[in-house]
Amino acid sequence: MAEKVMAKGTEAIAEAAVRAGCRLYFGYPITPQSELTEYMARRMPEKDINGVFLQAESEVAAVNMIYGAGCTGHRVMTSTSSPGFSLMQEGMSYIAGAELPSVFVNVVRGGPGLGDIQPGQCDYFQATKGGGHGDYRLVVYGPESLQEAVELTFKSFDIADKYRTPVLILADGLLGQMMEPVEFPEFNDPKSFADHSGWAMRGTDMKRKPNLVSSFNIDPNGLEEMNHRYQEKYRKIVENEQMFEEYMTEDADYIIVAYGTMGRIAKSVAKEAREKGIKTGVFRPITLWPFPYEPLAKLADKSKMFFAVEMSAGQMVEDVRLAVNGKKPVEFYGRTGGIVPTPNEILSKFMELI
Amino acid sequence: MEYKNLVEINQERCKGCGLCINACPKKVLGFSEGYNAKGYHPSEVQRPEDCIGCGFCYRMCPDVCITVKTLAK
Amino acid sequence: MPYIDKMKGPHALSGKEFTYCPGCHHGIIHRLVAEVIDELGIEGQTMMVAPVGCSVFAYEFFNVDGTVAAHGRAPAVATGIKRAMPDKVVFTYQGDGDLAAIGTAEIIHAANRGEKLTSIFVNNAIYGMTGGQMAPTTLVGMKTTTSPYGRKIENEGQPIHVAEVIKELRGVAYLERTKVDTPQDVIKTKAAIKKAFMAQINGLGFGMVEILSTCPTNWGLSPVESLKWLEENMVPEFPLGVFVDKVGDAK
Ligand SMILES: Cc1ncc(C[n+]2csc(CCOP(=O)(O)OP(=O)(O)O)c2C)c(N)n1
Ligand code: SF4
Ligand code: SF4
Ligand code: SF4
Repeated sequence: MAEKVMAKGTEAIAEAAVRAGCRLYFGYPITPQSELTEYMARRMPEKDINGVFLQAESEVAAVNMIYGAGCTGHRVMTSTSSPGFSLMQEGMSYIAGAELPSVFVNVVRGGPGLGDIQPGQCDYFQATKGGGHGDYRLVVYGPESLQEAVELTFKSFDIADKYRTPVLILADGLLGQMMEPVEFPEFNDPKSFADHSGWAMRGTDMKRKPNLVSSFNIDPNGLEEMNHRYQEKYRKIVENEQMFEEYMTEDADYIIVAYGTMGRIAKSVAKEAREKGIKTGVFRPITLWPFPYEPLAKLADKSKMFFAVEMSAGQMVEDVRLAVNGKKPVEFYGRTGGIVPTPNEILSKFMELI
Repeated sequence: MEYKNLVEINQERCKGCGLCINACPKKVLGFSEGYNAKGYHPSEVQRPEDCIGCGFCYRMCPDVCITVKTLAK
Repeated sequence: MPYIDKMKGPHALSGKEFTYCPGCHHGIIHRLVAEVIDELGIEGQTMMVAPVGCSVFAYEFFNVDGTVAAHGRAPAVATGIKRAMPDKVVFTYQGDGDLAAIGTAEIIHAANRGEKLTSIFVNNAIYGMTGGQMAPTTLVGMKTTTSPYGRKIENEGQPIHVAEVIKELRGVAYLERTKVDTPQDVIKTKAAIKKAFMAQINGLGFGMVEILSTCPTNWGLSPVESLKWLEENMVPEFPLGVFVDKVGDAK
């Protein structure tokens, strides 16, 4: 790790991707993430990077360029914000079905529709429950800070390669716009990357049978077999890749559950509650899929109440309820419209509830 | 009898579309009476002696059933 | 017997039987693309993107690495492949619904960027795979399952002339409209396909051939009758010819 530098959210994510070995970026401008696209436009052509940046004609085209580049097994990425991510859903489904390693960033803004350009967490369902058609999953990371965003972006490319799956960084506009000191990882050595030559499209050189990449199988049994393969892969991801943070939960009577930048705000709420003598902790899922159900369920045995806080009308709270499974009450507080709830606001709602 | 040109038709692959028959300038080809496994009347060489080896049949065949051969000199 | 092969199926085809209806021109066009790949000696370097349409299986019919894109998106997928592997030869194979309706934006922008790609565009004036619905290239008055009283200008507009639209884009290095209903036209189309591949191989830009093609099944005609219908109805609507040629003639 090098020394800390001040970085802006979206740009830090972009630089982390470059260092992870991403050399192909396709995207379409949309607020509040255009700086990521613009950073890539500057960075990719630089001599030491020698990568590809292409502004696509739409998010539909961008996701399909990702599909194409993904077919070659090279490290590839796009970024967008909510309406753009909606446009990408057909392509995401094809990418998941063809099992193409690829990394996506959705800097979520207020919705639905055109909504606004303020921070939101209202794309949680779309991200974690499958925004496109068919039985597929994305690995979804919800970083709370720039440092974590950098580390998770860097890691995403390895996870995408390891499981041949699309990975999504679900960031909110708050994270995208924040300036923070971050430490960037060293550049990855491309020699360490997974060997995709067995399946990827790179030309046969007349030395092997053609590699065919697709999500297509007209035979129902064949397609079910493919689905079994996907599900087996998802099972492994659930088993091995869950990430979460517990903050002052050991003795907590009350657990605030929040992800992304709301997780960070929840921690200051918990601190203030403790100053008032209320034993409060925070459970922060880092992988939103796979959602850490079991660790959260364990907390249900010892604490009295769960309080989910989101910048949405209540999406992640459904996963909290699944985890807690009726053992304890699950309460919710959320703001919509791109409004970030303040710690005070959350605290007073919390005090009302207990 | 050895002809200068020889047309071979993969009758199992043939879909009996008749495009080769239609294209042949010498009326060498015709539909066979029998069926192939797909249920089509495949094309067959009926007047091999008239074949001029022009390859029109090969060019028009959508199912790559035809090979045109010529006597080696 | 000392016979030698004069014409036989090209190596660049996988040998798998085509899934097309009897007499469908998709098969002729596949063979021509494969013959060109053979003649240019590029089989090992070539990659293809199949569309959604009757030719959805096309990537299984060639001896090259391949994939199938979402409906209409083949030019974007091909762009991703080519940008990742600029030394390879990449082509798309698309029908008129795929290329000229749902995928209009992708083909226009790939052509306009001058992507070093080749697009084989099969215009059969109808949606084949989904059962004979109206295509953007369906002729005025032509009956389809979604224009049961015939295409009307007031309702659906007139058939889109793809080559005439694409020719205005500066990134295009080769563009021709051909047909494959006679052996002579088959020869011409092969030459056109070759030039459309040379356009990318020589780094000149985007190459495309629009090929007027039959769909006997959904036209409700026999394969041989379809040839006549194409001549009498499609050729007057879609004039044949070379629209852009920056490739020139090979020595
Ligand atoms: C997003 C989407 N919309 C619609 C379809 C259904 N669909 C499949 S093929 C097709 C039309 C194909 O027609 P064309 O491109 O002309 O090819 P042809 O079958 O005639 O060769 C349609 C509408 C689809 N697969 N995906
Ligand atoms: S090669 Fe020419 S003459 Fe001979 S069968 Fe074919 S079309 Fe007829
Ligand atoms: S053109 Fe081919 S498929 Fe059609 S009848 Fe002749 S041999 Fe058979
Ligand atoms: S439906 Fe039409 S385009 Fe499709 S395979 Fe049959 S004849 Fe060809």
